[in-house]
Amino acid sequence: MIGYIVRRIGTAIVVVLLISIGTFALLHAVFPSPALMVLGPKSNIVVINAWNKQNGFDQPWIEQYLRYIGNVFKGDFGYSYKQDQSVTSMFASRWQGSAYLSGASLVLSIVIALPIGIYQAVKRNTVGDYTVTSIAFILYAMPVFFLGLILIQVFALDLHWFGYGIGRTLTFWQALSDPHDLVLPVATLTLITVAGFSRYMRSQSIDVLAQDYIKVSRAKGLPERLVLGRHLVRNASLPMVTLIGLSIPSLLAGNLITESLFNYQGLGLLFYESLGNADYNVMLAYTLLGALLTVIGNLVADIALTVADPRIRLA
Amino acid sequence: MTSLDIERTLKLPDGGDIGPVQSGFKLAFREFAQNKLAITGLGILVFFVVFSFLGPVFYHGNILVSSLLTTNSPPGAGAPLGTNNQGFDELGMLMKGGQASLEVGFYAAFFGAAIGSIFGAVSGLAGGLVDAVMMRIVDVFLSIPYLFVVLIVAVRYGASVLSLSLIIGGFTWQVPARLVRGEVLSLRTRDFVSAARVAGARRMRLIFRHLLPNAMGVVIVNVTFQVADAILAVAALGFLGFGLTYPNQDWGDMLSSGTQYIQDGYWWQIYPVGICIVLVVMACNLVGDALRDSVDVRLRRR
Repeated sequence: MIGYIVRRIGTAIVVVLLISIGTFALLHAVFPSPALMVLGPKSNIVVINAWNKQNGFDQPWIEQYLRYIGNVFKGDFGYSYKQDQSVTSMFASRWQGSAYLSGASLVLSIVIALPIGIYQAVKRNTVGDYTVTSIAFILYAMPVFFLGLILIQVFALDLHWFGYGIGRTLTFWQALSDPHDLVLPVATLTLITVAGFSRYMRSQSIDVLAQDYIKVSRAKGLPERLVLGRHLVRNASLPMVTLIGLSIPSLLAGNLITESLFNYQGLGLLFYESLGNADYNVMLAYTLLGALLTVIGNLVADIALTVADPRIRLA
Repeated sequence: MTSLDIERTLKLPDGGDIGPVQSGFKLAFREFAQNKLAITGLGILVFFVVFSFLGPVFYHGNILVSSLLTTNSPPGAGAPLGTNNQGFDELGMLMKGGQASLEVGFYAAFFGAAIGSIFGAVSGLAGGLVDAVMMRIVDVFLSIPYLFVVLIVAVRYGASVLSLSLIIGGFTWQVPARLVRGEVLSLRTRDFVSAARVAGARRMRLIFRHLLPNAMGVVIVNVTFQVADAILAVAALGFLGFGLTYPNQDWGDMLSSGTQYIQDGYWWQIYPVGICIVLVVMACNLVGDALRDSVDVRLRRR
C-alpha cells in the first residue's frame, strides 16, 4: 500500500516535470520574447537584442527553462511586464475567488449528482427518469457561456433575484458573506458539471442495483432506505472519485469561461486578459497551475480509491 | 469426451432453426437503424449540413457589407432573424458560421482520431518500454488543460478553419490513443494476427491492414463525441474572442457579439445561434450513444 502510494507520487512528479518542459517549450516557440511588448512595436532591433540579452531571453530555451523552474521552486513565477508586478502577487490576490467558484461548484455538483443518479437508477425507465435524463442531456450539450447567458436573462434581468458581474477581487470570507452576485456564476458551473456527473452516476447505480449483495440485503428484510443509503451509495460513488479527478481540466476550462462571462476577478479572467496582452509569464504560470491541479486531482482520486475500496489495492 | 462436452453436444440444436449468418457490420447497422433517437440525431446533423452548405445558395443575406441604417433590427421583412450590430443578416451569418463550426468539428475529430489511432496502435503493438513511454506521453497530454493551450496557440497564430482543426485535433488524440491501444493489446494475440506475422507481414502492414481496421469500431464511436467536443471548443474560442475573424464567422463569435446587448433584449442575436450549437452537439452525442450501443455487442439488445 505504502509502496503503491510512493510509486504513484513518483510518477506524478515526473509527469508534472514533463508537462512543465512541454508547456515552456511550446510557449517559448509561440512567444520567444516579451521584448516587443515591453519596448513597443516600433522599437529598434538593436534595442530589442540588448533587452533580450539583459533579461536572458537570448539564451537557449532549455537554459531559460532551468532558470525558470529553479525560480518556481523558490515561489517566483516570473514578472508580468504588462501589469508591472510579479505573477506570484497577482495570483495571491486572486486565487481565493477562483478557488471559491470552482470548489463550490465541484462540491455542489457531487451533492446534487449523487442523489439524482440514484433516483434515476431506482426509478429507471419512468417519466421522472426520462425527464432528468433529457434535461441532463441538453445541459451536457450546452456551451457554458450560453447557459450562463440564459441564467442571467432569467434570474438577473427578468426576475431581479441575483446580480451578475463581479468587478472586484474576492476573498473566501467576502464570497461567503455576500452571495448575491455569486449565485449565478456558481450555478452555471455547477449545472454544467452535474450534467456530466449524473450520466455516470445513473449507469453506475444501475450496475450496482443488479448485484447480488443488494438482493441479499433486500431479502434479509433491510428497509429500502438502508439498502440505498448504506449499500448502494458507497459502491456506486466509488467510480465518481475517479471521475472527479478526471473532470478537473474541464472544470478549469468552465471556470475560465464563467469568469470571463461574469467579469469575475479570478485567475481565469487574469489568464484571459493575459492572452490579449501576450503576457507570457501569466499564461505559463496559469497553464502550469492547471496541469498541477489536474495531476494532483488524479493522484488524490487514485489514492482515495485504494483507501476506500480494499479490492483495488494494487500494491 | 468429458461429461460436460457430452452434455453440450446433446443441447446443440439439431439444425433447421439457424438463421442466415449476418456480418457484424449489418447487425450493427440494423441495431442503429432501429434506434429512434439515433435517427433523430442523424436527421438533425443532415439538416444542419444542408442548412449551412446549401442554404447560402438559395438565401442571400447581407453578411459582408456593414450597413449602419439597419443595425440591431428585429426579425422582419428582409431579415427573417434580424440583424446584428454591424447590420449583418443573422440568418445568413448562422449559415456561414454553421459551415465553419461543422467543418472544424469534423476535421478536428478526424485529425485527433487519426493521430490517436496510429499512436495507440504503435504503442500497443510495440509493448514493453516503448509502450510504457508512449503511454506516459498520453498521460502528460491528458493533464494539460487543453483549452488553455489551444487558446494560447490560437491567439498567436490566428484562427482559420484549418489551424483551429489542427490545434484542437493536436490536443484531443489521447482518448482515441488509449482506446486503440486497448483494442490492439487484445487483437495482437489473435490467430489472424499471428498468421499474418508468420506470412511475413511487416509492422506497418500489421497496423494498417490488420489491427486498425479491427479497432475502428471504438474509434468511430469516439469520433462522434470528439466532433461534439470540438464544436463546443470552437464556440468557446469564438466566445472569448479568439475564433475566426471577418469575413469568416463562427457561432461562438456571433453569441459573443450578441452578449453585449443582452440588457437591450436583442434576443435574436443570442437564442437562435445558441440553440443551433446545442442542437448540433446534442445530435452528435445521440448518434455517438447509439453507435456505442450497436458496436458494443454486450449492450446489444437480444
